[in-house]
Amino acid sequence: MLSKEIRQHFPILNQEINGHPLVYLDSGASSQKPLQVIEAISNYYKFDNSNVHRGVHTLGNRATEGYEGAREKVRNFINAKSTEEIIFTRGATTALNTVAQSYGRANVGEGDEIVITYMEHHANIIPWQQLAKEKGAVLKYIDLEEDGTLSLDKVREAVTERTKVVSVMYVSNVLGTMNPIKEITEIAHANGAVMVVDGAQAAPHMKVDVQKLDCDFLAFSGHKMCGPTGIGVLYGKRDLLNQMEPVETGGEMIDFVGLYESTWKELPWKFEAGTPIIAGAIGLGAAIDYLEEIGMDAIEQHEHEIANYAMERMSTIEGLTIYGPADPGKRAGIITFNLEEVHPHDVATVLDMNGIAVRAGHHCAQPLMKWLDVSATARASFYIYNTVDDVDRLVEGLRVAKEYFSDVY
Amino acid sequence: MSIKNLDQLYRSVIMDHYKNPRNKGVLDENNVTVDMNNPTCGDVIHLTLKVEDDIVQDAKFEGEGCSISMASASMMTQMIKGKNTSEAVKIAQVFSDMMLGKDVDDSLDLGDIEALSGVAKFPARIKCATLAWKAIEKGVGQDDEQ
Repeated sequence: MLSKEIRQHFPILNQEINGHPLVYLDSGASSQKPLQVIEAISNYYKFDNSNVHRGVHTLGNRATEGYEGAREKVRNFINAKSTEEIIFTRGATTALNTVAQSYGRANVGEGDEIVITYMEHHANIIPWQQLAKEKGAVLKYIDLEEDGTLSLDKVREAVTERTKVVSVMYVSNVLGTMNPIKEITEIAHANGAVMVVDGAQAAPHMKVDVQKLDCDFLAFSGHKMCGPTGIGVLYGKRDLLNQMEPVETGGEMIDFVGLYESTWKELPWKFEAGTPIIAGAIGLGAAIDYLEEIGMDAIEQHEHEIANYAMERMSTIEGLTIYGPADPGKRAGIITFNLEEVHPHDVATVLDMNGIAVRAGHHCAQPLMKWLDVSATARASFYIYNTVDDVDRLVEGLRVAKEYFSDVY
Repeated sequence: MSIKNLDQLYRSVIMDHYKNPRNKGVLDENNVTVDMNNPTCGDVIHLTLKVEDDIVQDAKFEGEGCSISMASASMMTQMIKGKNTSEAVKIAQVFSDMMLGKDVDDSLDLGDIEALSGVAKFPARIKCATLAWKAIEKGVGQDDEQ
């Protein structure tokens, strides 16, 4: 397990909520930020702020170096071949929409198939629904196994020669399931489809290597991995990105503008219209430095240990249902649960009154809620700063919730 | 543990409505029906109303949601039965003010609904409480259009 000293890097954790020390178990929604990241953003605005790619002056150069330096950090972080393959976006949602609207519109036609799964986040469902409706394409869902995992046999059944796009999340934000992306990518490629990976719940927590996975696109967000909100990444293979048209046009992304025709800058800038999120990119770069100093393997290990401990402790609470794989080896640091008949909102309010932050609701995964046959669930998600003490507080809070509502049932 | 704070929200009358919802069910066809959901959390309500001569003669609801949303729906149906449509709208507005923490007219007999005033102190839960009241506003409005 990681040292508890990590908590000192996160000033926000040092406070009381409703009279109790804060236990933050909602990093799956958004992680907290270490001082290193907060200071990188603040220093950018204090000392280097200017627009990028156009200044002849010193501040313009510093801003550009900071912004493009962050791109190189991202490239190295996911082991992309080139910074041309790293596009800064507003977040994973924008990244997935860009793939659907640019690659999808150009390559998916009537009767073609787009294959996704029942466990996807809305951000990896709706862009494909919209594309399928527009093009008369078929949106196919891969069913899940009973334990909330994917079977490669079912992937093989679903992906056919008519499939143009396969889009799957790396780690489920609800079930915690870690999906076999490398193997799914092989199946997609064998059928001539491109592989899109929603890496929002993977990039913060484990080593993601796009060359090893061989995926064609990868989307993730900065704010779930110690970075600020408003910045995310679309990775795409250079050959594909080169063929694709920009979704947004305007300043910064052009080569030459005539009265009736324009041409685009080279990669990656042709996909970055307008003044980019400079401070956000610099903050994300600082977050990557921070995470790499700890080590992605150590982070993954830490979360596994915390989640295993939580699974063990939580399963001692009678009437508590945990969703997703029972095999700890198949899951990441996310535990979604329901406590008997107590509605997850009520559970979350009781926990909040005890200083414990969890998520309650449908987690932007309504098709998955339907698959689980529940209207909502509660979720505890763990990150580097969580400790076994946090888990003990959660378990204690759940017992209080159960007791408090016991006379209702 | 902050049980006292919890009691401000989960007053016993609320828990009673949650446990024993009044007017649970669906009215026969040819009545006003309203389906509403809270997209941020997945709460749903299916409200059916029988409105005759501008009076809400009967009201029933079905739904899925937390204790606050279901208790609020139960209290709402109890409160608006027998009221005319403009009274129903007025009560819904009073309820909305109550959720915003505004002072409400003391002369009004709010009955059980008063117990929900504590929700105003739990901003994350206000939407739970207001779902049923949005449904009645919509339902009464539909009747006007017919």
